[in-house]
Amino acid sequence: MRHAHSLHWAVFLSAAVTAVVARGAFAADALVVHGDVVHTMAGPPIGDGVVVVERGKITAVGPAATTPLPAGARLLRAAVVTPGLVDAHSVVGLSGFLNQPQDQDQLDAVEAIQPELRAIDAYNPQERLIEWLRGFGVTTIHTGHAPGALVAGQTMVVKLSGNTVEEATLVPTAMVAVTLGDAARAQGPDADKKSPGTRSKAVAMLRAELVKTQEYLRKRGLSDESKRPDPDLRREALAKVLAREWPLLVTADRAHDIASALRIAEEFDLRIVLDSAAEAYLLTDRIRAAGVSVVIHPTMRRSGGGGDTENLSFETAATLRKAGIPIALQSGYESYVPKTRVVLFEAGLAAAHGLSFEQALATITIDAARIVGVADRVGSLEPGKDGDVALYDGDPFEYTTHCTGVVIDGRPMSTEPR
Amino acid sequence: MCGRRNAADNRGVDLLRSVAVTALVLSSVVPAAAAENVVAFVGARVIPIGRPEIAVGTLVVRDGRIAAVGPVDATAIPPDARRIDVGGRVIMPGLVDTHSHVGGGQGGDGSGPVQPDVRILDSINVRDAGFRKCLAGGLTTLNIMPGSGHLSSGQTVYVKLRRAGTIDDLLYRDAAGRPLGGLKMANGTNSQRDPPFPGTRGKSAALVRQKFLKAIAHRDKIARAAGDAEKVPDRDLELESLIDVLEKRKIVHHHCHRADDIITVLRLREEFGFEAVLHHVSEAWKVAPEIARSGVGCSVIVLDSPGGKIEAADFSLVTGAVLEEAGVPCALHTDDPVTDSRLFLRTAALAVRAGMSRAGALESLTLAGAKMLGLGDRIGSLDVGKDADLIVLSGDPLGVRTKVLATFVEGRKVFDLDDPEDRLFAVGGFGASRDQKAEPCCIGPATGAMR
Repeated sequence: MRHAHSLHWAVFLSAAVTAVVARGAFAADALVVHGDVVHTMAGPPIGDGVVVVERGKITAVGPAATTPLPAGARLLRAAVVTPGLVDAHSVVGLSGFLNQPQDQDQLDAVEAIQPELRAIDAYNPQERLIEWLRGFGVTTIHTGHAPGALVAGQTMVVKLSGNTVEEATLVPTAMVAVTLGDAARAQGPDADKKSPGTRSKAVAMLRAELVKTQEYLRKRGLSDESKRPDPDLRREALAKVLAREWPLLVTADRAHDIASALRIAEEFDLRIVLDSAAEAYLLTDRIRAAGVSVVIHPTMRRSGGGGDTENLSFETAATLRKAGIPIALQSGYESYVPKTRVVLFEAGLAAAHGLSFEQALATITIDAARIVGVADRVGSLEPGKDGDVALYDGDPFEYTTHCTGVVIDGRPMSTEPR
Repeated sequence: MCGRRNAADNRGVDLLRSVAVTALVLSSVVPAAAAENVVAFVGARVIPIGRPEIAVGTLVVRDGRIAAVGPVDATAIPPDARRIDVGGRVIMPGLVDTHSHVGGGQGGDGSGPVQPDVRILDSINVRDAGFRKCLAGGLTTLNIMPGSGHLSSGQTVYVKLRRAGTIDDLLYRDAAGRPLGGLKMANGTNSQRDPPFPGTRGKSAALVRQKFLKAIAHRDKIARAAGDAEKVPDRDLELESLIDVLEKRKIVHHHCHRADDIITVLRLREEFGFEAVLHHVSEAWKVAPEIARSGVGCSVIVLDSPGGKIEAADFSLVTGAVLEEAGVPCALHTDDPVTDSRLFLRTAALAVRAGMSRAGALESLTLAGAKMLGLGDRIGSLDVGKDADLIVLSGDPLGVRTKVLATFVEGRKVFDLDDPEDRLFAVGGFGASRDQKAEPCCIGPATGAMR
C-alpha cells in the first residue's frame, strides 16, 4: 500500500513480528489494544478505552485511565477498536478464489439431498481469500456448503487462523444448508430428468426425507437388534436436525419460499435460520411469530436478471430489525467476480440505509455470533471471551477508512493496513 | 459532435430528423415560458472537476447547458432564472461509466470469435430497470458494451440517460448523425472456447491480427479502385468496422486483466495503429510504466475481492493509485452487473482507500471517462458550455452514508430521491427490477424543481 503508514502501524508491525516468533505459545506476553473509541458490543462504547488480552483470552475491558495493565504488555493503538468481525454466512474455504473445478468444494450437484457432507472435510485453511477477509477485520466465519441444492450439506464455524482445519474450527457442524426456490432445482446434464424440478417437488422431497428419518429412528430403537437398520450417515445427520441439535439454514428469497420454510419447520418442530430472504420484509409478522432469525443476503447482492432476488432492498436489515427479528449480515456465495464479498462493507451499506452504527456493527459481531451459536466465544469484547479484535483508523464503515490491525486469540495477524 | 442543441433535444428529439417534425414537436410540447429553461442552483459546495472546489457556489443552467459556475457571491443569477436552493448539498458532474452492460443488450453470437459488425445498440431495452438504477447512482452517460466472450463481440454505444422511448433517444451522435461508440475487443480467458473460437492466447492474437490484415487489404483495394465501380470490392460490414478502428474513427475498448494480456493489446495497437482504452486491467499495477509509455488510458474495475476467475486472481485495490502515480489516464467503471451502478461512487472511494488521490478518483468517475469516450468537450466537468448533466448529493461523494438526491441530464431532472417511484429504484424493494412501464417520455418542463 502506498498511503502513509501511521506510527501506530509501525508499532503494530513490530508487534506482528514478535508474534510470529512467539507463535504456538499463546503469548505468555499480554496484549493491550488501546482505542480512542472501543465498541465492546456489550455495553456503550468506551472513549479512550483498552482491551487487555492474556493467554489468548480477554481479561479486562475498560477506560484506559482506570484499567490496570499487565506489566510488559505489547501495545496496539487505533482510532476505533471493535470485536473481530463475524461473518454469519460465507463459503470461503470451500469455494476457492480461482473458481476452477479443482477448488470448488461448496456444492456437489449430483444428488439433491446430502446432509451427510461435512464442511470440515473440505475446508482449506490455506485459501487465499481467508487472508483477504481477515485484512478487513473479519476473524470468524460461518462457512460450508453453498446454496444451490435442496440439502447441500453441513456448515461449520471457523476462526480465520490456523494451519489445519482442526486449529481453525470453533464448531465442526453448525447447521445443515437447505435451499428452497428456483435455486433448488436440479442442475447439470439431464437436469430436466432429475428432481426436484419444481418448488412443490422440492418441499415434498424434504418432507419425505424427514419422515424417512423419523422411521429410521423408530427402527433404530427396536428391541430386536436384528431388525434395526444399519447406521446411515444421511439419516444420522437429519436425526440431529430432528433433535433440534443442528438447525437448518434455509436459503429462501421469494416470500412463498420463506413461507414454505416456516411451514416445514413448524411441521417437524425444527430449528431453522432463514438465509438471504430477499422478500422477508413482506413476512415480518410471521417470521417474528415463528421466533426465527434471519441471516440477510449481502446488502449489495445483485438484484437484476429477474431471479429470486430481484426484489431485494438495501433497507431489509433496518426493516427486520425494526420488526424485532434477530438479524445478521453475510458475505454470501459468489459464483464469479468478485469471489467473495466482505461483510464489513455489507454492514456499512446497511448502516447507510436505516441501521444505526451500533446496530449495523451488531449484525457482523455479537448478533452474528449469537445466530451461529458462538456468542460464548466471540462477537463482543468482554472478559472471558477470545482475544479477537479489529483495529481501524476511523469509522470502520467508511470506505476510505483502513483496517490497521487484526488480532485473533491474542495474536496480531495482519501485516499491512487495508 | 452534435451542433448546438435546443430544448427539443431534452425530449429525445433528434435534430437530424426533418425540420417539419422538429417544428411540430416544438410547437406542441415545449413549455411556453422561456424561464423554464433557465435554472440557478444556489448554495451548494460545487465540485467542478479539473479545478478547485467552490465552497459555496452558484451554477446556472440555460437550455440544458451550463451557463455559469462560480462562488455564490461572484456569480449573477439571471433575472429569468428559477432558483433551486441546494444549500448544504454537494453538486458534481453526472458520472460517466466507461463500461456497463445495463439494458440487456447483446453482441455477437456463437458463430465466431470476431464479429465487429454487430452493434449492441440494436438490442438494448431502454425500459430495463437498470437504467433507473443508474440514474439513482448518479450516472448520466454510459458506454454500453457487448461481452468479453469474443475477441470482438461488436460495437459499443455511448448513451446519455435521458428519459427514453427507444434507444435512439439516448444516443450520442457525430456530426454526420452516426451513433457514437467504440469497438469491444477482449483477450485472455473469456474468449477462449471450442473452435472456431481460439483455444490459446497465441491463437487469439493471430486471429485478431489476421482480421486486421484483411481489413487493411480491403481498405487498400477500395483506395486502388479510386471509385472505379468495376474494381471496388463488395462491401463487408465486418471489415468496414475494423477500418473505422484503423482510421481512428472508432476507439477499441479492450477487455484485458493479466499483465501479459495488457502488453499484448499494446503490441497489437502498436502494430496496427489503433486507439484503445484498456478495460478492467486487474494486473495493470504490475506493468504501469509500460502502459504509461504507450499513452493509452485505463478503465479500471474495483472489486470486493480478487479471484472468481484465473485472470482476476491478482486483482488489487491499488491499481488506480499505481496508474495515477505512473501518469496513466485513469477512469473507473461499474461493469454493471458485476458491480451495482447505484454504488459507482463507492468504487472511487475504495480506490482512495488504496492510495489514489481524491481529486484523481473523482475525475476518474467523470472527466477522465468522458475523454476516453471522446466526449470530453461536452460532458464530465461543470464548465460553461458543457451539457448540464449533474448530480446533487447529500454530502461528500466518497462518504458511505452520502445519498444521490437528484440527477439532472441536460438540465432536466431525471431522478429525485423524494419521488417514491425513483426511491424504489434507489434502494430496492418489490418491483425494483421490473421493466419500466411504457409511457410518454418526453413531455414536461425541462427542469423539475428540487423538493
